[in-house]
Amino acid sequence: MMRMSTFKRGGVHPNDKKELSKGKAIERLPLPGLLTVSMSQHLGAPAKALKKKGDAVVMGEKIGEASSFVSADVHSPVTGTVADVVPVRLASGAVSEALVIKPDDIQPEMFNTIHDWRAMSPEDLLALVKDMGIVGMGGATFPTHVKLAVNGKKVDALVINGVECEPYLTSDYRSMIERADETLEGIMVLARILSPGRIIIGIEANKMDAVSYLSSKVREKGYPIQVMPLKMKYPQGDEKQLLKATIDREVPSGALPIDIGAVVCNIGTCYAIYEAAVHHKPLIERVVTVSGEGIKEPRNILAPIGARVADLIAFCGGYSVEEPDRLVSGGPMMGFAFADEDTPIVKGTSGILALIDEPLNEGVCVSCGKCVAHCPMGLMPNRMFRNIKNGRYQEALDLGLLDCKECGCCAYICPAHLPLVQGFKLGKKMSRRRA
Amino acid sequence: MRKVSASPHVHSPMDIRKSMLFVIIALLPSSIWGVYAFGLRALLVLLVSIAASVLTEFLLGRIDKKNTLGDLSAVVTGLLIGMNMPPQIPLYIPVIASFFAILVVKWTFGGLGCNWMNPALAGRVFVFFSFSSAMSSFSAPRALAADALASATPLGAVKTAIAGGMTGLDYEGVLNQLGHTSTAFAQSLGSTLGISPYTVDAFIGNVGGCIGEVSSLLLLVGGIFLIASRVITWHIPVVYLGSFAILSWVFGGVRAGLGLFNGEVLMPLFTGGLFLGAFFMATDWVTTPTTKRGEVIFALGCGFFTFLIRYFGSLPEGVSLAIILMNILTPTIDRYVRPKKFGYVKPVKEARK
Repeated sequence: MMRMSTFKRGGVHPNDKKELSKGKAIERLPLPGLLTVSMSQHLGAPAKALKKKGDAVVMGEKIGEASSFVSADVHSPVTGTVADVVPVRLASGAVSEALVIKPDDIQPEMFNTIHDWRAMSPEDLLALVKDMGIVGMGGATFPTHVKLAVNGKKVDALVINGVECEPYLTSDYRSMIERADETLEGIMVLARILSPGRIIIGIEANKMDAVSYLSSKVREKGYPIQVMPLKMKYPQGDEKQLLKATIDREVPSGALPIDIGAVVCNIGTCYAIYEAAVHHKPLIERVVTVSGEGIKEPRNILAPIGARVADLIAFCGGYSVEEPDRLVSGGPMMGFAFADEDTPIVKGTSGILALIDEPLNEGVCVSCGKCVAHCPMGLMPNRMFRNIKNGRYQEALDLGLLDCKECGCCAYICPAHLPLVQGFKLGKKMSRRRA
Repeated sequence: MRKVSASPHVHSPMDIRKSMLFVIIALLPSSIWGVYAFGLRALLVLLVSIAASVLTEFLLGRIDKKNTLGDLSAVVTGLLIGMNMPPQIPLYIPVIASFFAILVVKWTFGGLGCNWMNPALAGRVFVFFSFSSAMSSFSAPRALAADALASATPLGAVKTAIAGGMTGLDYEGVLNQLGHTSTAFAQSLGSTLGISPYTVDAFIGNVGGCIGEVSSLLLLVGGIFLIASRVITWHIPVVYLGSFAILSWVFGGVRAGLGLFNGEVLMPLFTGGLFLGAFFMATDWVTTPTTKRGEVIFALGCGFFTFLIRYFGSLPEGVSLAIILMNILTPTIDRYVRPKKFGYVKPVKEARK
């Protein structure tokens, strides 16, 4: 057994529960009757809607335009008619404008042409990434063209994130197995844009079959890519922890990976970049893992952006219990719990989970120090929480509140099950308000 | 009802009640040995201590209209107090200790999580200074019942003898001179391993002492169980025992006229409740530092003060007082010792122009 690396400080080992959906091949969702396409599917300013009620749209047509530098275009997932323009509440709780599109009965066959991206310049490829509305698909949905515009800074390492450390989620795993050729080609597109010194794909040890499969593919094609298995530990999929694990560099507080010469890109994003570069296909669909103990038949579903959660759950045979305790968009460690099954899928929806809660014994802080020992950022969650509870936001900031990325290790491990992450979200909001 | 709350939506199955339950399970082997070695009277002491702790917690909860028995912390406190009592102790003494521990040390400061001193230790020390002679008279364990001298703890006996001028001998020599005996099993195992039979007996638990402190072997088993189940980490017990062992080895022989680097190591480790203290008292969540580095400093302090009190103080045992002293210093340690934050690498100093 080879020695595998991981990040050093903190982290937890939740039960990964991936066996529920690991063996399920990606299946396409039958076209829903209505699609609710949000104009805010990315980090940054919402896109400006280009269509109004009654307009006809074509699959892949731009229907929302990036409204500022950090923003992304939105495209129609289907050919059809705009039935309505409504405000919609996303799983994160944010409300945004959305176009409700009624698809035509017959959908065109599109995006089959093969374009030669190798003939394009890095600048043109970057422009293509922007035009295709690509955002980070690991969940943070940072517009990819902004991340790739490194402004002449040298990229030592391009690190591809195949960690998928959140329990339950298997969409990246299935992509690596079923779309290996395309994903690797997408990585080579990225390499052409960035000219990195080296390329590493980081994959956790619970996906060793993906490690060996991608390794053989890389050898076969002769790509200059290193496939690196990593020891399992949450939150290794966070870019700071991933860079520590793969290239042993720490992103300084408040800085970005590019400041240490690195760019991190998610597996799903690489596939989207492949489709953009080779087929000029915009980001209009994604793989969503629908899983959890509350789902009858967990699946990995290729769903169009704008499909409702209810459509996906129905495709999985519905709930396994009368009423699951919670619906979560994303993984159980950092995902958002939401109530409404009409919530639409967006570009960042890596998973939809129906969970059955274990009973929790809540208690008081007993100063056990587990939150401190397990914090991957080296913070003192116990003390920040106490300060926030007492309204001392400045003291919490002094302790490094803004370095907290709400990964949830502290709240996961806390034997008193204190709502630590909730406290930190509140603390950040309150200190912003007072600033 | 569908629930909506902040992430994370999954939690570690380990909670406070379960952790306390694990501590109780880890303490059971040593407690059962105590009952075997000292008889049913010891069981009575344990039960009375637990009952007194739980009852005090319950009654105080009634005043605040809350029931905190479910976290099992009062059971742990009571059990630890009982384990820290000599087997023949008059029953009102553990009752007073439990009452003091729960009311004065724990509830006065706000209950579980708010006390700044280990309640069980504080209760033990309170009754130790209040009822010194009852707290210092021990009975012989079952295996040495025929031996009249075995009712003194070896640690106490050696300290008294050395203070009385018996120098130039190691522990085995002193105990032989005093006429102590050991079990046949310890003699055969000791000669095989080349160590003193008294050390073997002390490790197994064939020695006079408090009910739950005599068997270092079973306390070690319980301690390893607690580390394996991640209720505690290895830092405090290993550093505590290690620092004490090194100090004993280097300086422990000085008073007996044996010079430096000639002190007894194993016997002092296995006696005087050191294993009970190192694995179960010094690892109390509430009253120890929250950072690993802080815990190491805490444990070094425990080792140092235990050594100091045992060899240079007037009492034969120093574990309780050393831990309490470090409990008092814990807020200070926590104020100054902080974990190293991620992403705060010191910038490389630019060369002066």
